[in-house]
Amino acid sequence: MRPLQIIVLMKPVPDMEKVKFDTEKGTIIRESSELQINPFDLHAIELAVQIKEKVGGQVTVMSMAPLHAQEALRDAIARGCDGAILLSDKRFAGADTLATAYALASGIKKLGKFDLIIAGEKSVDGDTAQVPAEVAEFLNIPHASYVSKLIDVGDDAVRVVTEQESPYEVELKLPALLQVTKEVAKPRVPLLKDKLRARKASIEIWTAESLSDVADVKQFGFSGSPTWVAKIIVPKPKTRNKQVLKPEEGIQKIIEILKKEGLL
Amino acid sequence: MVGIMSQEYSGIMIYAEVHDGVIHPVTFELLGKARELAEKKGTKVLASIAGYKVKELAQELILRGADIVYLVDDERLKSLDVMAHRDAVLKIIQKAMPEAVLFGATNTGRTLAPRISSYLRTGLTADCTDLFIDEKGNLVQVRPAFSGNIFAHIVTKTRPVMSTVRYRTFKPAERDPGRKGEVIELELGNLGETGYRVLRKMEREKVNISEAEVIVAVGRGLKKKEDLQIVKELASLIGATIGASRPLVDDDWISRDHQVGFSGNIVKPKIYIALGISGSPQHVVGMKDSGTVISINIDQNAPIGEYSDYLIVGDLYEVIPKLIEQIKKIKEGNSPS
Repeated sequence: MRPLQIIVLMKPVPDMEKVKFDTEKGTIIRESSELQINPFDLHAIELAVQIKEKVGGQVTVMSMAPLHAQEALRDAIARGCDGAILLSDKRFAGADTLATAYALASGIKKLGKFDLIIAGEKSVDGDTAQVPAEVAEFLNIPHASYVSKLIDVGDDAVRVVTEQESPYEVELKLPALLQVTKEVAKPRVPLLKDKLRARKASIEIWTAESLSDVADVKQFGFSGSPTWVAKIIVPKPKTRNKQVLKPEEGIQKIIEILKKEGLL
Repeated sequence: MVGIMSQEYSGIMIYAEVHDGVIHPVTFELLGKARELAEKKGTKVLASIAGYKVKELAQELILRGADIVYLVDDERLKSLDVMAHRDAVLKIIQKAMPEAVLFGATNTGRTLAPRISSYLRTGLTADCTDLFIDEKGNLVQVRPAFSGNIFAHIVTKTRPVMSTVRYRTFKPAERDPGRKGEVIELELGNLGETGYRVLRKMEREKVNISEAEVIVAVGRGLKKKEDLQIVKELASLIGATIGASRPLVDDDWISRDHQVGFSGNIVKPKIYIALGISGSPQHVVGMKDSGTVISINIDQNAPIGEYSDYLIVGDLYEVIPKLIEQIKKIKEGNSPS
């Protein structure tokens, strides 16, 4: 088996438990601007590190985010990544999924050699699940989506289970991209020594200009985004009756409803 | 590349999703919506179908509302080789030049659509719950954001406009046995090495909870894993699928395919019975559009109450066995013995 160069695409996101939405004003209330690893991406990092531990090689984590996302990248290093690259520039701002994928794909091209790219299923804040496949297309490499299991990784190919209408075992030629679900690997908890190592690690910051030899910088950020938000609507919450019942009444009510639906 | 705006693009296209020779029902929902949009715009409904031995399915798409069906029938499309199917749909889009292409927001739709939109350098909006034409003639795509707290209206400045559309959101198009339409067949052409090989189809051991009509879901009110047995008993008596909140899945009490919520599944059953579920925002986003919601909770002020038609205040360990007993009695009374 040969060592593999693995890239993990990670999105630094706000803590969704702390982010509240002001339904009156229609704005987001952020109690802190701290960014953390998108929970879905923890599983991508874990899979990458497990593969590295098996076959050798290197895991590089890459994000596109504001500068204060560095702590999230440091956390990725504590979890076993060897290096971190942060694409950060105001010219990346306002990007939709296409412009985000274009920037990440450009970063990967600049990085050069890679065998495997691993990304999480979706982000907790954007919830589109589109960026991984878009990156794969920009790089013109095969990708498998909703990967629930890694079966085998070899010198030239990777075998995984992709969850479609049925699960399928598929083989992808390397280089390839895997978009993985939470089932693929259980994230480890970083040890103190790993956290200390991560604190000293350096994070490379790449600007839009630094990608100009591999990309058209006009395609980054807002100017490269074909979709835009025309309006935000705050819906009235669907109200329900909340008829409070005692256990005996409740049991009768459930039976009545089940009978009405022909289930009893 | 971005910013193509042209009058050459016309027609609302849908992607017909086919698995093992059967059209996925989301396809008919897309056709229903596409008809509505096309009529508003005064344009045609186009359908794209790619696979092996799918010719006879083209007619079904016409009966369900397509005016023109673009078909690529090729043995190399027999399995779901993502790269080969991408090429087939690209062939169709480049020939038909539709102004919009709608995919189901199923795993397969969400796998193919971003590859195609990325190739075409056009915008793609994920998991839309509504689509409409505004007064300027723009196709507006509505998608929930921030756990369904807000809805974003998204407009695309490139063509074709591409969207994935949430399954079980629109009414399926009705079948009109007398409907007529045109079928245009295209060649897949040279494919080369795709780098993607389907080795085998596996058996699905998982439940498909997003299609369940009745769900009995359980949360932290359950004290230990073994107690899932009473939930299973209740579910099997009424033909329900078992759902679970995230903590139970994270603790490996039950597999993730049962999880209801943001990081699990979005469900829309006719009846949702929540047992010992407090109702965290991440759970509620997964079930709030259910038909009738009944909760059993020891806490009268649990947040789940706000999303319930009926809140039974009590200990599930007392209520469930009594409920099971009564259901059994009714069932015995129904049987002819």
